[in-house]
Amino acid sequence: MISLAALLVYSTPVALAALGETVNQKAGSLNIGIEGVMLSGAYFGMVAALATGSPGLGLVVGAVFGLAFSILQALFTVALSVDQVVVGTALNLLALGATGTLFRARFGESGALLSVPTLSKFGGVDAVVILTLALVPAVALLLFRTRWGLAVRAAGEYPEAVEASGYSVDRLRLAALLVGGAMAGLAGAYLAVGIAGSFATNMTAGRGFIAIAMVTFGRWNPFWTFGACLLVGALDSLQYVFQAKGIGIAFQALIALPYIVALLVLLGVGRGSAAPAALGRPFRRSA
Amino acid sequence: MRVIVVSIGLVLALVLTLLMFGLPVGESLGRLWEGAFGSEAALSRTLVKATPLLLTGLGMVIAWRAGMYNIGGEGQFIIGGLVGAALFKIAPSLAPGLLNVGILCATALGGALYALLAAWLQVSRGVQVVISTILLNFVAIQALDWAVSGPLRRADGRLPMTDVLPNPAMLQRFDRQTDLHSGVFVALLAALALFVFLYWTRAGFRIRVVGTNPRAARTVRVDAGRSQLLAMAISGGFCGLAAGIEYTGLTGQLDTGFSQQWGFLAIPVALLGGLNPIGTIGSSLYFGALFAGSENLARFTKSGSTMVYVIQAVAVLGFVGLQAWQQRRREASA
Repeated sequence: MISLAALLVYSTPVALAALGETVNQKAGSLNIGIEGVMLSGAYFGMVAALATGSPGLGLVVGAVFGLAFSILQALFTVALSVDQVVVGTALNLLALGATGTLFRARFGESGALLSVPTLSKFGGVDAVVILTLALVPAVALLLFRTRWGLAVRAAGEYPEAVEASGYSVDRLRLAALLVGGAMAGLAGAYLAVGIAGSFATNMTAGRGFIAIAMVTFGRWNPFWTFGACLLVGALDSLQYVFQAKGIGIAFQALIALPYIVALLVLLGVGRGSAAPAALGRPFRRSA
Repeated sequence: MRVIVVSIGLVLALVLTLLMFGLPVGESLGRLWEGAFGSEAALSRTLVKATPLLLTGLGMVIAWRAGMYNIGGEGQFIIGGLVGAALFKIAPSLAPGLLNVGILCATALGGALYALLAAWLQVSRGVQVVISTILLNFVAIQALDWAVSGPLRRADGRLPMTDVLPNPAMLQRFDRQTDLHSGVFVALLAALALFVFLYWTRAGFRIRVVGTNPRAARTVRVDAGRSQLLAMAISGGFCGLAAGIEYTGLTGQLDTGFSQQWGFLAIPVALLGGLNPIGTIGSSLYFGALFAGSENLARFTKSGSTMVYVIQAVAVLGFVGLQAWQQRRREASA
């Protein structure tokens, strides 16, 4: 088994993105594009860290790009009410294509020789890990204990009622997308700068989708979602332990387990699930 | 009219993307053309790339027309391929022709059942297809990893790959020099069949009604659930068949990298084809040509096939953005 500190570091990108996705989904935005947001955060974060020699600045730039990406997303899904799945899919392709092409043009076929300055660590963990740990209760407080959080949740459950009580669904969803986008961008930058110390084409490799799955698995609760991310990280790291010890077990079954359990949970709770009722539904104010 | 607008938009997206990456437009277009249509080999590459795009694209058309946001084409492709490879493992001594047809049927069936699982979760348990297919994609990827390094591994057990199909069990090739195989025609036939089904049959009509107006469907007593289940089964069947064609037409074996993201690329192909089977023939050819052409472009410039993803994204965003904007204006003036 790996140490707790290593597990925390390893799980942080997915956990951070999943926390952001929780905010998005609570507001009614099913953000499929989170994979692309992470990837662009990773690339531009890496470029910034490399250019300035400061990993911290790289992280900030990654978060800013995540933010910018979500503005683009909100333009389509909120302002123009385009279907969220369509936009998310397109943005994922945009990020994959743009970062891949820019990377190849700038650094050549392989960037293996790249090495980005690393973050300073305290007791095996760094500032981003600590930030993520702090964000778990913070996001929960924000969503469940503040007036704004109540409005956000209502925008995801029953948008018509939110409008009736004087809030703007569009504005709430935009704000939620921005918060989530910054977190996902930071998550991607952390993956490149904090963990890999490099970039590779499609380096997020589905982690954004894992984050979406973990939100579902954690039933839209930040604490459970964070726990789910740790569990996935632990199971994922077990495969190397098993391989090293030559234990003849199908570790793929272990890795697939969280997704299967998430499906079973959804199957069990069915319609009564904790999913926001208006999740994925574009909101159109009727005149 | 619409076809012309979309075609112009697609070319515009290509030029825009080239400009965005600072590539010389004229020269790049020339290289792309050369790589996609410049020779017999180039043309065959275009068609070979367009084939899985068309089949998985058709899968997205039928599902999305029914209002089922299937983003599990990837998983259905993989499971289809696995079922096909399993058939070969179980019955390797089947007559080659029979084995080929059997694999194609098995892959379609595998994909259909996997998609049906997601559809059933939505129809009877209220779990959105969007979410369940994301989860099922991960399960499929792990299943592939396990199968090719476990039960379906090559007889000599060296690499995590399945055994290679014997040549006679592969789809027919037309020329020794090129990869072009008869799967292209299977895909074209599938597109025509889907067109007939969607527009000329009752079941197809019901699917379209359920997708555009579920409430109206209920008032005329159309069983929405049944139509959605059917649409998803066909959708998964097409994605599975795409895997079967890749397997028996091109790769001859499965490894962990069996799916080249066809399931995800299918979504923009279907959208830009106007969620119409005939339109999807056009868009799959366009993107097939771009994928083939970009390989040629990559030899001369620093930009490779990843650029095609950008073109797809720009085209889709432009297309849906324009559509939404027009609708806004129409509503404002009404």
